[in-house]
Amino acid sequence: MATATQLSAPHDSGRSGLWSWITTTDHKRIGILYGVSAFVFFLIGGLEALFIRLQLARPDNTLVSAETFNQLFTMHGTTMVFLAIMPLSAAFFNYIVPLQIGARDVAFPRLNAFSYWVFLLGGLFLNASFLVGAAPNGGWFGYVNLTSRQYSPGLNIDFWVLGLLVLGIASLAAGFNFIVTIINLRAPGMRMMRLPVFTWMTLITQIIVVTAFPVITVGLVFLMFDRFFGTTFYSLAAGGDLLLWQHLFWLFGHPEVYILILPAMGIVSEVLPTFSRKPLFGYAVVVYSGALIGFMGWGVWAHHMFAVGLGPIADSVFGATTMLIAIPTGVKIFNWLATMWGGQVRFTTAMLFAMGFIAMFVIGGLSGVMHSNPPADLQQTDTYFVVAHLHYVLFGGAIQGLFAGIYYWFPKMTGRLLNEKLGKVHFWVTFLGMNLAFFPMHFIGLLGMPRRIYTYRPELGVETMNLVSTIGAHIIAVALLVFIYNVWRSWRRGEVAGNDPWEGATLEWTIPSPPPDYNFTVIPEVVSRLPRWSVTQMKAIPDVPPEPIHVPGGSYWPVVAALGIIGMATGAVAYALWIVLLSGAVLIFSIYRWAFEPFEG
Amino acid sequence: MTPAAAHYTSTGLDNKKLAFWAFIGSECLLFGSLISTYLVYKGRSVSGPTPHEILNIPVTSVSTFDLLMSSLAMVLALAAVSRGDKVWARFWLGTTAFLGLVFLGFQYYEFTSFVREGLTIKTNLFGSTFFTLTGTHGAHVAVGVLLLLTLLVRSFQGKLGPEKAINVEVTGLYWHFVDVVWIVIFTVVYLIQ
Amino acid sequence: MSDHAGNASGSHPGTGTYLAIAAVLLIITIVEVGVFYVPAFKPILAPVLLTLSGVKFSLVVMFYMHLKFDHALFRMIFTLPLLLALGVAIALMFLFGAFGLRH
Repeated sequence: MATATQLSAPHDSGRSGLWSWITTTDHKRIGILYGVSAFVFFLIGGLEALFIRLQLARPDNTLVSAETFNQLFTMHGTTMVFLAIMPLSAAFFNYIVPLQIGARDVAFPRLNAFSYWVFLLGGLFLNASFLVGAAPNGGWFGYVNLTSRQYSPGLNIDFWVLGLLVLGIASLAAGFNFIVTIINLRAPGMRMMRLPVFTWMTLITQIIVVTAFPVITVGLVFLMFDRFFGTTFYSLAAGGDLLLWQHLFWLFGHPEVYILILPAMGIVSEVLPTFSRKPLFGYAVVVYSGALIGFMGWGVWAHHMFAVGLGPIADSVFGATTMLIAIPTGVKIFNWLATMWGGQVRFTTAMLFAMGFIAMFVIGGLSGVMHSNPPADLQQTDTYFVVAHLHYVLFGGAIQGLFAGIYYWFPKMTGRLLNEKLGKVHFWVTFLGMNLAFFPMHFIGLLGMPRRIYTYRPELGVETMNLVSTIGAHIIAVALLVFIYNVWRSWRRGEVAGNDPWEGATLEWTIPSPPPDYNFTVIPEVVSRLPRWSVTQMKAIPDVPPEPIHVPGGSYWPVVAALGIIGMATGAVAYALWIVLLSGAVLIFSIYRWAFEPFEG
Repeated sequence: MTPAAAHYTSTGLDNKKLAFWAFIGSECLLFGSLISTYLVYKGRSVSGPTPHEILNIPVTSVSTFDLLMSSLAMVLALAAVSRGDKVWARFWLGTTAFLGLVFLGFQYYEFTSFVREGLTIKTNLFGSTFFTLTGTHGAHVAVGVLLLLTLLVRSFQGKLGPEKAINVEVTGLYWHFVDVVWIVIFTVVYLIQ
Repeated sequence: MSDHAGNASGSHPGTGTYLAIAAVLLIITIVEVGVFYVPAFKPILAPVLLTLSGVKFSLVVMFYMHLKFDHALFRMIFTLPLLLALGVAIALMFLFGAFGLRH
């Protein structure tokens, strides 16, 4: 029932309880599942970061051993990339995209649920490695031949390889789902160039996902085969080339960073216009830039390999392409600034985080452009200078963008606003903490401190800056505690939001907060890019559906299939073939049952 | 006008078909990476059998013909299902699956004779890249055979009328793609040594 | 003749066309194998074979997979990743010295 007083967590009274969540195929619930799970993994990754920073707070420190430290930075990176940022973005893909395009759900709801469960089980699988004292320890990029069986005989890298293969399945499935959804499930009148920018960025991101993940899948399969079956892909003795891994990894890895940033850019492109009360400046250009970034992102991967000896021609080519990709990125920045210029700016927390994104991402972009020059990069690579760069773009950029999205869309998802005072504390403390944590890293790096070392000598002269960085990291943690408190308080007792607390322009603000199961009482007919701001108003959406709307029930086959997949991974890491085969049988069986069960998608 | 809920699409194109083409696009990158690796490592094995010594062109030519003919059987199966011709639908679906199994049989024969002749997946770069590439392709063929047999069973259950032709069509897309990948592999691995 | 959405545009090949294409595929394969065994072709083996198999590839994709007659969106969805994969393959070959470029 779509009334303004529907304030509970988004489910009808007949669909509550654990089982309804396990079998849900509702994109809104799946979005919340992604969001909560991702946030928990984000905190775990954050804890790993705090331990890293505590160890590095003083030279010659002995808080953790070198081996533990290797596990900490490997898991920090792997967790933040695959278990925090990507699924946090997915939370918004899931919840918001169908609403923005005027759809009732995604194209393949059960496949959607499957993606989530595979992600969760994959993340748990990766972290289960800690329980057996064998967390991955070869860096998030797993370079061979350090990660080959010869030099990494334990289970650590097995967990890593299998975990990433499993997570890749989740991402690919979601990729196909959202591509079809965005192309095919748009409401009448919602032409492609009327799509909200967030939805556009989602589409481009998914195209990158389905093209880049196969490449790393192949690279990982080679490593897995080497480790399990003794193949020679990365074997020097057999004439193999260790650079093959690096090429395959970074062919995926560079597009991956655009997977990480484009959704946040999409969020910023929604938040800025709303709180400037002004349409996005240069909508078409912003969309084309996003597409260009996605496409050009395929041409720069070897800038991660400037120090391996590719030769002057390769170095020059990749240096040039890397510099070129700064152009569409810069274009977006100017369009965002022009959006705010002359607007009636409201400094809500969401807006602050969006503006923070721009500022911090520009800093990260500047250090990035510095890396694009191969001779300069020879000094910067593998030092803390790169750590500074990546945290400015990924924390200062992606994470801030995602927080902007949380403050912006939390009211839509829960029917209540997050507290603005606490939000501002969260923002400013984060801003302080992040700059204290990451800015000194530019200097630490240029002074010669390498990455991924568990300690350093006092003679290097970076002691104070490391300490400052550690303090900054802890300030970020404090800010997060404020945020968590805000969420906990506001979920049930926050100020009631209503359909449209921000006077937004796009379709999600036309329906109640939280939306009813079926989203729209009638599928809207869209007449402009900014349905709620345009002079030609679209027909109002009735409060009550004119005829009963059938919403598909849940299904447990996605969960069972996901269990089959993780069973195969578990069997592999346990070197128990029978578990692999049994789980494979479960997977095949569940796919058949899934295919033939009556389900009105 | 409210569009009919279940089958309205913005482009007028079927969701499943769109999804399968996106999947095929993705598979281009999968096989592209495998083939690239094969090409990059060609001629770099430091020991063990080489392609020239061990690849059997006449036999593989026959299996290539077989797979090409299976694509013909596949399109004829789709045509039969689309016009509601149960008998020919079952015949052509069965034939496609059978030809697929024949291909797998050839591959089994090839793999086992290579192992006997001293080339395993561990032997050298050629062995690793060859078996992984062709094995991945073979696994795709096997999945395709499973899909075809499933369709065949559904047909016998009377559940594969013209309204279900889309399922045969997307299975066909998958099957033809697997055939097309083999065209590339046959040329690049077997003929251009 | 299937009448579901997606085949609305353009004509639909009949059984005759399919058989003709199958014959062409067979013939090209015979030619390819023949070319493989003729020593005179050795220097131009690669370009000839790549061209011939390119033709086979296109025929199967355009006719059996119906891409010639279907909506342009499908052509885009297939061609973009295909070109990407080709680009990646060529780039990797360059980077691993396959074209003899001393860089």
